[in-house]
Amino acid sequence: MDWQAFALTMELATLVTIVLTVAGLPVAYWITYSRWRWKFLAEAVVALPIVLPPTVLGFYVLLALGPRSPLGRAWQILTGHTLAFTFTALAIGSVLYSLPFAVQPFAASFAAVDARLLAASATLGASRPRTFFRIVMPLSVSGLVTGMALSFAHTLGEFGVVLMVGGNIPGVTRTVSIDIYDKVQALDYAGANATALVLLAICFVVLSLVYATNRKVWTAWPWK
Amino acid sequence: MQTPAKIKDSEPDEPAPKTGSSDPRSRLSIQLRKRFAEFGLQTDFSAPLGITILFGPSGAGKTTLLECIAGLTAPDEGRIAIGQKILFDSSAGINLATQLRRVGYVFQDLALFPHLSAEQNVQYGLASLAADVRRQKCEAILESFRIAHLRARTPREISGGERQRVALARALVTDPCLLLLDEPLSGLDAVTKSKIIDDLREWNGAHGIPVLYVTHSREEVSALGERVVVLEAGHIIAQGTPHEVMTAPRQETVAQLAGFENIFDATVIATHEDRGTMTCRLANSEVEVETPLVRAVPGTQLGVGIRAGDVLLATIEPQGLSARNLIPGRLLSLSQRDVVVVAKVDCGVEVEVHLTLAARDSLALSPGKKIWLVLKTHSCHLMA
Repeated sequence: MDWQAFALTMELATLVTIVLTVAGLPVAYWITYSRWRWKFLAEAVVALPIVLPPTVLGFYVLLALGPRSPLGRAWQILTGHTLAFTFTALAIGSVLYSLPFAVQPFAASFAAVDARLLAASATLGASRPRTFFRIVMPLSVSGLVTGMALSFAHTLGEFGVVLMVGGNIPGVTRTVSIDIYDKVQALDYAGANATALVLLAICFVVLSLVYATNRKVWTAWPWK
Repeated sequence: MQTPAKIKDSEPDEPAPKTGSSDPRSRLSIQLRKRFAEFGLQTDFSAPLGITILFGPSGAGKTTLLECIAGLTAPDEGRIAIGQKILFDSSAGINLATQLRRVGYVFQDLALFPHLSAEQNVQYGLASLAADVRRQKCEAILESFRIAHLRARTPREISGGERQRVALARALVTDPCLLLLDEPLSGLDAVTKSKIIDDLREWNGAHGIPVLYVTHSREEVSALGERVVVLEAGHIIAQGTPHEVMTAPRQETVAQLAGFENIFDATVIATHEDRGTMTCRLANSEVEVETPLVRAVPGTQLGVGIRAGDVLLATIEPQGLSARNLIPGRLLSLSQRDVVVVAKVDCGVEVEVHLTLAARDSLALSPGKKIWLVLKTHSCHLMA
């Protein structure tokens, strides 16, 4: 078992989840409450990674991060090395790839909060931020948990984007899914199976936790 | 249709509320226009301290009017002010944000925060105060609305009447300069309702702010109102004390709201200036009734409203009556509604008459029976 790949994958998934929570909340807030007439275009862009083949997304991310793009050049000037095929590049690609899996549950749960409650909050003198943190957020807990868990689980399992943007550098960009692919290529079916089972188990546990938190009537223990 | 100028003229005579300060500076004044797909809202009125009932059929624009006042929706043009404080003024480009208006609003569905306890709901609007002041104010209002024992429960865990009290307390504890109540007592039984109304009256007596109270319940109008404004299709069609508005309806909407089961189109046939009466023929019939005199000439079209409970019913032709209208007819149908018997009578026009159960039994009424309707002149209410 390649524990280094596991550690790297967990690190990546955790980082992506944190970034998506921090960045996804304002995006979801804007998508929910903006009355901009071209908002649907922004919504379509956010949803793109769901339908786009990961190789397509990965390809363009690679171009954008490469030494010929302004971003890649700026990075090279600032840090002294190229951006492509690094852990940072991998994280950027993963954030874009998992964006809809965070933003859509966030936005859906914001939209499900009764507009009357927001109106009531305003008539009681609360500012928009206060209304958001005291009313919208607490009533959107299930959507927040879902979005965070999906971001995490989706990053665990990604393959195409990783391969395009990160390559396959042990300890830097080799994630579990790449590791499984390598083992299969090397006809190490037993090794691939062991790794795949662990990944399967982790994803199952994460999703179970999501559905458990989202149960409408929550007793202390499911078997009670 | 009354003109806005007329409405304004009648205001200075308005009696001040019995208790509380009658500071004219905190009077609510509204002139606004807002267009919709179906109709336009166009109102111009002002509300003094005390409870003003906003009355009208659903879809008349009552809730929209409240939302404009609270800043939840913006009028197309106009001006809304509480005393000197301008909430909205299209000509000056002022549109104060809802959270800065200090307008208490109790929504029709209450909009209590489901994840907060009753106490947290009540304290929600007091965030700017020091913790001990906040607790003290919250405590006082919980006591005065008799919900202190519910403080730790969430809205889901308390009854409908208790929820209504929490919603009222939450809005009132912030010391608003205006209170908007959108059918806050709908769906409550009469006893709970009248208890809450008593608490509200008491609170208002002590604080004295303008209160706009939306309802379409007649009981609430007479229990609460010092003043009624009737809204129909976005326009004010009548205003005054509940007694004035309800007993002398000139508009058909008011008439229906005030409980006229029978409304007929009629034509004036003759006026009797010396006797203060006139004779009207009901539309599409030979039925003539004597009604009070209004400024009209023969040929004038108007409406006549008659309460079903004001009509007497006789099975043999009565004699020696002071009532001026005796109309023969035939009983069409009888049906029972709660403890009231509803009789439909055909006498050229169809008239609804309400009887007691005992009257029905002692008269041995049955459909097809020949009967006479007896109607006093002043039971015929004329409408424009």
